[in-house]
Amino acid sequence: MIINKNDRKKRAAMTNIELNKELYKKIYLMRRAEEKIQEVYYTDVMKTPVHLSLGEEAIVAGVCQALSADDQVYGMCRGHALYLARSDDLDGFYGELCGKVTGVAKGKAGSMHLSCPESGFMASSAIVSSIIPVALGAAFAAKYKRTNHIVAVFFGDGATEEGVFWETLNMACLKKLPILFVCEDNGLAIHAQIKDRQNYSIPEAVRSFGLSVHSDDTTDVEKIYSITEQAVQDIKKTDVPHLLHLKYHRYLEHVGVNEDYSAGYRGQKDDYADLYARDPALLQREKLKLLRITEDEIKLMESEIDQAINESAKLALDAPFPADSELFKDVYA
Amino acid sequence: MKISYREAINQSLVKEMERDPSVFIYGLDVTDHKGIFGSTLGIVDKFGADRCFITPLSEDAMTGFGLGAAINGLRPVHIHQRVDFMILGMNQFSNMYSNCRYMSGGKLKAPIVVRAVIGRGWGQSCQHSKSMHSIFAHIPGLKVVLPTSPRDAKGLLTAAIRDDNPVIVLEHRWLYDIEGEVPEDDYVIPIGKANIVRDGSDITVIATSWMNIEALKAAEVVQRNHGVEVEIVDPRTVYPLDEEAITTSVKKTGHCIVADYDWVFCGFSAEIAAVVSERCFKELKTPVSRLGFAHTPCPTTRPLENKFYPSAVDIIRMIEGKLGLESADLNGEEFYSYENKFKGPF
Repeated sequence: MIINKNDRKKRAAMTNIELNKELYKKIYLMRRAEEKIQEVYYTDVMKTPVHLSLGEEAIVAGVCQALSADDQVYGMCRGHALYLARSDDLDGFYGELCGKVTGVAKGKAGSMHLSCPESGFMASSAIVSSIIPVALGAAFAAKYKRTNHIVAVFFGDGATEEGVFWETLNMACLKKLPILFVCEDNGLAIHAQIKDRQNYSIPEAVRSFGLSVHSDDTTDVEKIYSITEQAVQDIKKTDVPHLLHLKYHRYLEHVGVNEDYSAGYRGQKDDYADLYARDPALLQREKLKLLRITEDEIKLMESEIDQAINESAKLALDAPFPADSELFKDVYA
Repeated sequence: MKISYREAINQSLVKEMERDPSVFIYGLDVTDHKGIFGSTLGIVDKFGADRCFITPLSEDAMTGFGLGAAINGLRPVHIHQRVDFMILGMNQFSNMYSNCRYMSGGKLKAPIVVRAVIGRGWGQSCQHSKSMHSIFAHIPGLKVVLPTSPRDAKGLLTAAIRDDNPVIVLEHRWLYDIEGEVPEDDYVIPIGKANIVRDGSDITVIATSWMNIEALKAAEVVQRNHGVEVEIVDPRTVYPLDEEAITTSVKKTGHCIVADYDWVFCGFSAEIAAVVSERCFKELKTPVSRLGFAHTPCPTTRPLENKFYPSAVDIIRMIEGKLGLESADLNGEEFYSYENKFKGPF
């Protein structure tokens, strides 16, 4: 099932209404695709640890909307939203989560190492900062080949605590490479709070390396899209790498499909009521209403996506597992 | 044409960079006046700073950087002045390089070469002195090459650059001075093919890197003193391993010594011993014997350093022990040291 096309030309010609519809469709897809996982996960058909993106959809949808189809993205193990922002292949998504031969990596990657190189989502890592220098090398390749494309790398606040992040910032600025760092800051590394982990301010420390930094805690996807569009233009014009430092609230447990406010390492759900009131899907749906999109039209968009999700998920459940011989394939080229 | 090991490497780099514009080299000090033991001299002048550049000391990031370039169609050659520095990139080797193709379902390929200088120098102590090829070869997805002769250095490096996988090329620092016949033209030595360095019928010595030089010396001494003909097999690549060449030799001689340039415990020598036991059990007249580094950190002081690294003398005594021969009088024999390095021809 093909559900979204990445076509930069089409996007450049979009009206404001089309853009906002597109952004809502992306967020809705991410939200519902993961709710589908929540729905079936207890049956153990997906034997892969899932780090769900619920709460962060606006960041991924907004940033990716501002990138061209030839701009690459790299991510970490919380990668479902990134995959869905870039890939047309929803069958491959559920196939991968179910460990089936129809998965994008024939079930070998699972949830934590999702990628879709044909759509420019090149790779992701569950050792969070490890992907950051790989994106740097991709940005070098873009410059070396004079492609005029940029590379965006997504990571959490915890990844900044690994040294390679800072090594990468230094080299990115030294070589003036076309790279956009996107820090999705949920204030948690598994269950550890920032105060127990960081004696620095991410934006200040990053700025000191020579990057341009934009910090925001918005959940408005259109705003994130605009911020990113500006950053991409600046990177291309000035050769200065940028960091988008974007905060969000993680709705669920670190890994798994459930809420875990009762675990005690953070506040109760009620403490975050203002954040839930600014839920990115909710906000964008309201925006469509303000743009005079009718409830019926929105529901039609939603039902098309729901149908695609249901079909792809069912297809994955029915698909075969890879043959035993697959174990030894693709270790070497 | 007789050239040195360092010149052979330089020729391979230059020829590959001329042939393929996607090849570039980078690493700490690759453009300085010393040029990685002379192997990168002149390259920045010929190809410019875009294709040959120094980096910060950020080994971890610069290792990941190579992967990002490689999956985007470039062919990086990353160079380390000591293999010990590569350990800072170990996360990338073991978690990223090795998995990248598999985790993409075969969609990505990572043609990266990582060259590193291994082994003994002059009082190099514990952090500038190792080899660690078994650690790298342990990880599926990586290839590991240890060229010994100038001919192998050029042919294997060229093969490594053209390979579509991450290939780690480990070069012993005493080998850079060695001279040997090297074809001027392009050629590759296939990765995964052993070299019979010396034909013999009485005992097989499987030797890696510099240990081939020590084994040749040992073979000459035992031939002169005992009339024993040693066959020396240089696997040249640790992974993929040419099991066929090794077992063919051992089946012929019935005796096997592994003289590995690394620690013995859990090392490459253990792998060879296992392969030989499994495949040559009937032909073996003695159990497989192993030589390698002492199970200690590498000390600085010369007398202890001499005991840490295995030598021709150790090989000679081991051969004599296995074949039940009297110990030859080694007074008057000249063995290799930093001051008295083997220069070839090889």
